[in-house]
This record gives sequence, C-alpha cells and structure tokens, in this order.
Amino acid sequence: MPTPRALPCHPAGRIIAAIALQILALTLAAQPSTAAADRASTDPVVIRIDNFTFGPQTLTVAPGTRVTWINGDDIPHTVVAQNKFFRSKTLDTDDRFTVTFQVPGKYAYFCSLHPHMTGTVVVKGPTD
Amino acid sequence: MPDHESPDEPGRTSRRGALECMIWAGTGLLWSLEGGLPSAVGLTRALAADKPAAPFTFLQISDSHVGFNKPANPDALGTLREAVARIRQLPEKPAFIIHTGDISHLSKDREFDDADQILRETGLPLFFVPGEHDLLDDERGRSYLDRYGKGSRGAGWYSFDRQGVHFIGLVNVVDLKAGGLGNLGADQLDWLERDVAGLASSTPVVVFAHIPLWTVYPEWGWGTQDGARVLATLKRFGSVTVLNGHIHQIIQKVEGNVAFHTARSTAFPQPAPGTAPSPGPMKVPAGELRGVLGITSVSLVRGSEPLAIIDTPLAG
Repeated sequence: MPTPRALPCHPAGRIIAAIALQILALTLAAQPSTAAADRASTDPVVIRIDNFTFGPQTLTVAPGTRVTWINGDDIPHTVVAQNKFFRSKTLDTDDRFTVTFQVPGKYAYFCSLHPHMTGTVVVKGPTD
Repeated sequence: MPDHESPDEPGRTSRRGALECMIWAGTGLLWSLEGGLPSAVGLTRALAADKPAAPFTFLQISDSHVGFNKPANPDALGTLREAVARIRQLPEKPAFIIHTGDISHLSKDREFDDADQILRETGLPLFFVPGEHDLLDDERGRSYLDRYGKGSRGAGWYSFDRQGVHFIGLVNVVDLKAGGLGNLGADQLDWLERDVAGLASSTPVVVFAHIPLWTVYPEWGWGTQDGARVLATLKRFGSVTVLNGHIHQIIQKVEGNVAFHTARSTAFPQPAPGTAPSPGPMKVPAGELRGVLGITSVSLVRGSEPLAIIDTPLAG
C-alpha cells in the first residue's frame, strides 16, 4: 500500500495544526469517554471515488480516524478541502490519499478538476 | 472530381477506411471562411475536395489526452498520430491549428513532449488553450505556461487576428469552485472587454476554450459559470463562433449570432449527457474504437446571415 501523503499544503499551517491536533487529542484522551460505540471507533475508513462521485458523500467519524480516498475512475481526480485544510495531489486510477481527522467539525471538500464532485467529512466532537 | 485517395499500402488499413471509422471522437475541425453559412463536413469529404477550396481554413483539434492508456483507448498517442496523418492529407493546407485543451492526460513532461512531437509533424502553426488535464503539475499550470503560454496573459489567455477574423483563446479550467462549473474569473473577463473594445461589430469573432462556454449539462459540470458574461461582451458582434472541447463529442447550437460547437476527442469518447451514471472514458466494443474516434471539418463563412454550423459525420 502506498505511503499516505502528507496533509495540508502550507508547512507552517501544518505544524501549527499538528500541534493543535496533538493537544486536542491529549485533551480528548484525558476525558472520560461518553461517545457511542460507532463514534468511539477510530478504525480506518475508505471513501471510494467512482463514477465521478465520492462515496459515501457524507462520512461521519470519531476524532483520530484515518480516512483514505481511493480513485476507482479511469480519470484523475483530486480531494481538496474547501477550507484548504487538506489538498491531495492528482490521484490517477487506484491512487490513494489519506487524512487523519483529529479536530471535530465539518470538512467540506471537492474535486478541483471536476468541481461538481463534492463531499463532507464530519468529525464528531466528544459531546455530539 | 479528382480523387485524392492515396492507394492502399499492403497490409495496412486504407486511409479512407480508417477515416470513415473515426466518427465520434474525432478531433479535427476544418474551418473555412467564405461568405455565407458556415458548414461542417467530414474530413473524408474535405479530402475528396468535391467543391472549390475556401479562401481561409483552420483546424480545431481537442482532447488528445496523450498518456491515457486505460481500456477505453490503450494508445491515445497512436490515435493522435492517426489524426495528424489525416490532417496532412488535406488537399488544402489549413492556415493553423487550434487545440482546445487536454493535450496531455496527467501534465507529465513526457506526455507534453510526445504530443508536441506529433503535432509538429503537421507543419502548421499551433494555438493552444489548456484543459484541466494540462494543469496537474505540482505548480498547477507552470509547465503548461512554460510550453504554450508565450505571449499570453494570466493563466494563458490571449487573442490574435487572422484574415480579418478576431480569435480569442480563453482559459476556464483554473480556480474552479466547489459545486461549480468551468470558471473564467473577473480578471480574464475584464481583459476580454478591453480586448474587443476597439473592434468593429462587423468583425467575425471566434472564441475558443476547453470547457463549453455555454451550459451543456451542469449535472456533469459541462458548462462555464461565468460564460454568460463572455456572450454579453460579444453580443454586439454579427458573427461569433464558440469552439470548445472537454466533452469528447459534437454538440452544437445556434443562438442569435452565436454558433456553439464542441469537438470530438482524438483519444476516447464520452457518453452523451445523462445517458450514463457519469461522464468519463466510454469503452466501446473491441474493433469499434475508431468508429467512435473521428475528424470533422467545419466551414465558417462570413456574411450578414446569422452563423450556423452544420456537422456531417465522416460516414454520413
């Protein structure tokens, strides 16, 4: 399996975000878990890109979940967060892109080559 | 009528046979400027030259996707080579070629190199606009601009004049917005207004860009969200012809003084709007690929009549 690519495009932002994520992760770890089973699971999740569609289009995960997009189309696609938090390189057929989501929130993203392709990753907070 | 058909070489598919097969995804549009209605004829017909040559012709080719090697066409380089061979057979040499983007499949140097080498064999001047597949390098378009952007502005737009016709190359594949369509942006649209400001309204205008400038099928992203501003800017002109690629099939319409036309690809066909779950390379049964690749020629004619484009398939 290819090595997952690094996440945000701005190195400075990446470092700050990484630190923030670490702090948050520690904070979360220190709290008693009130999350339901599905949200507590941080098993890796795959979003397929097939027929110019992200599937599932909306994915809800617990903090700390690794999400991997796999392009199944014969046309390249990209995965780009609308808030610029992450941006993949061009994904040719069967290429993958992985992001580990730590911070709760909604991450809307799209394919910058085919912008009608959109999706959302929802990262649940501890009290959600 | 002179027969320009070259004799078959032993063991090779005849040129005409191959040509007649290349119907749907063809990439060459032969334009001529005469003085009346523009019309498109299949390249077989153009090769047969059964009517007097027009005074001014140019070609449009599109979506060569050099580097594409998936089942829909394992050899996109080969089909581009075939298209170029057809162009070289034209009895009347076109003045130049316009390539409406997706020269490469993944913007790799090797892909651009291969495309350039083959296209150079036409011996004709070439004008380009980028498709989204040409801007996939790490610097998002630097590679394209270094190769093809000389004398252009912004992301690669420009204009030029030939034979009294004003040609405008636009870029609508940059900075696309989530949920949106093709995008030109304010800078380019402002430039366009200034570019045509001094032109007489009688000047024929040809606009070319990769993604259709009008809305073909928004569900598949086949349109340009600020394309209407282009049309508004060009409204006063008596003859406007819009040439696009991207959708790998011929779709055309006429609206007032504006004739819209999308070209076939030299690489692979795509489904007609809404006839499949999604756009993308359409695999056709073995042996029929060249039946869905083709070259189409179009004649553009100057005159007071509204523009119209008639497209004739090669086998028609």
